[in-house]
Amino acid sequence: MLTIAEKEQIEHEIRQVPVKKAACIEALKIVQGHRRWVSDEGIRDVADILEMSPEEVDSVATFYNLIFRQPVGRHIILLCDSISCYVMGLRALHQQLVQLLGIQYGQTTPDGRFTLLPNPCLGTCDHAPALMVDDDLYRDLSADDLEAILAKYT
Amino acid sequence: MERPLTQHITFPPLGLRQYEAVGGYQAVRKAVRHMEPKDVTALVKEANMRGRGGAGFSTGMKWSFVPMDVPGPKYLVANADEMEPGTFKDRWLLEGNPHQLIEGMIVSAYAIQATESFVFLRWAYKQAAVEIRKAIAEAYDAGYLGKNILGTDYSLEMHLHTGVGRYMCGEETALLNSLEGKRATPRAKPPFPQVSGLFGRPTIVNNVETLSYIPHIVNHGVAWFQSLSRTADGGTKIYGVSGRVNKPGAWELPMGVTMRELIEEHAGGMQNGYRFRGVLPGGASTDFLVEEHMDVQMDFTGVAAAGSRLGTGTMVVLDDRTCPVGFVHNLEHFFSQESCGFCTPCREGLPWTEKLLWAIEQGKGREEDLALLASHATLLGPGNTFCALAPGAMEPLQSALKYFKEDFEQHIKHKKCPYHD
Ligand SMILES: Cc1cc2nc3c(=O)[nH]c(=O)nc-3n(C[C@H](O)[C@H](O)[C@H](O)COP(=O)(O)O)c2cc1C
Ligand code: SF4
Ligand code: FES
Repeated sequence: MLTIAEKEQIEHEIRQVPVKKAACIEALKIVQGHRRWVSDEGIRDVADILEMSPEEVDSVATFYNLIFRQPVGRHIILLCDSISCYVMGLRALHQQLVQLLGIQYGQTTPDGRFTLLPNPCLGTCDHAPALMVDDDLYRDLSADDLEAILAKYT
Repeated sequence: MERPLTQHITFPPLGLRQYEAVGGYQAVRKAVRHMEPKDVTALVKEANMRGRGGAGFSTGMKWSFVPMDVPGPKYLVANADEMEPGTFKDRWLLEGNPHQLIEGMIVSAYAIQATESFVFLRWAYKQAAVEIRKAIAEAYDAGYLGKNILGTDYSLEMHLHTGVGRYMCGEETALLNSLEGKRATPRAKPPFPQVSGLFGRPTIVNNVETLSYIPHIVNHGVAWFQSLSRTADGGTKIYGVSGRVNKPGAWELPMGVTMRELIEEHAGGMQNGYRFRGVLPGGASTDFLVEEHMDVQMDFTGVAAAGSRLGTGTMVVLDDRTCPVGFVHNLEHFFSQESCGFCTPCREGLPWTEKLLWAIEQGKGREEDLALLASHATLLGPGNTFCALAPGAMEPLQSALKYFKEDFEQHIKHKKCPYHD
């Protein structure tokens, strides 16, 4: 069930667009904003309010890299795996992250603290390699920096 | 040397009053009060402003395809998706001078008489989102946006849309589908978005750097714009260099600077212990250029004559200690993952290409793989797929097969990557 807050926000988005369906991505973002990810139930709820089929909503949800259809951790690590970061030391960074966290790409630490995801070019290639944790961007990284960065997130 | 686009970039960026104090919003005043919409378009066309999003199409020409006499809404969209690997120029403009973009959007929207406008911003640009949102609010408060701008009968709304991550959202018709809440798959053209775009209405999509330039052209005119450049493609351009150079970065320079100036002067040359082997001159979807191209002038014509594309003008350098096969594998991994899956050659061909490259890099390649890769480069090339993603993906591959052939052969012959243990 959508909460009252979710419902109000989605209805606000619906009023911004000429057809209900056009609010689909915004609605998914709202649900994810409240629950960190979008469950099957979330898909059905969004479908109901937008008068779409759940399959149609799911086809939108699964298209985009940053709508999460599985539970994720409290913090999302987006490691840039594109070309400038590759040239500037992505491999070492990745190895160190995997070691510190004990998880692979796409997984969440058992304590629910971090989810590790690869992400295309973060647009800061002149300061490669780079990664983001939630809203925070870290640049010019070396593997030695990672432990201190992770320690900031509980 | 003049640097109109970047001279007022600061972190944090100028607020509205500060931006006005350095001449900001004069172009809006001039355009909406003293110019006909068609005169703005004519000016931009005459300046030969070519789009900075990658394809280099004439901006004024594109606007002139918008039917001006049809009733109902029209739209203008700033393409701030910037997900092309190796490209980081728009981020600078978005975070460093959001009012310049907004002013450019207002003037451009006026030219096509758009009633609504959107900034389509990628998710990862969190700081840019904060700055743009603030700047839009300030522009509304000052009467540059909303109803009856500066007391004229022109009105414009502006919205910030943050994407949910997919390279395809940068392709202009896929971007429109995404703005409509759908999957970001491209649309068949014609009809072109200028005639039937967002919600079936006339729509212009322009790159952030393109739009940020418009106020300067309106303020200073055609002759000035052309005087900034060393070639027939007018203006300055934001160039960038990343990779193993001493001073990676981005600089606004006259259109037509040479690659040598960029790499040796501005980027400070190669780092100690690294030699230059090649470069993607304009992002991940452009053909490699090599040493012999160092004196190529970096404008649309010059780079094309050398066998590549200016693209986004932000280049990635390949050094002699990075494996070219691994480098191209990284690129094809990106394209394969970001393929929207809509048409078969791209959906099937890119993962195949990626796997072949991975096998070669791992020392498991076979001699016939090189011919297979070359055939993919043709089969996924221009004209065989629905949009430009797959042909773009083939540009670095085909040129790597040309310039770094011996590296591919070494991997296959010795059954290992010569660059790592
Ligand atoms: C797969 C793909 C991704 C693209 N990504 C971007 C992008 O992130 N930003 C951009 O401005 N143009 C991008 N483009 C080019 C746009 O389709 C379009 O040509 C451009 O936004 C037009 O702006 P301009 O005329 O100002 O250059 C992309 C094209 C393709 C095929
Ligand atoms: S070329 Fe690739 S990205 Fe473009 S429509 Fe076909 S599948 Fe989609
Ligand atoms: S390639 Fe990593 S930020 Fe661009």
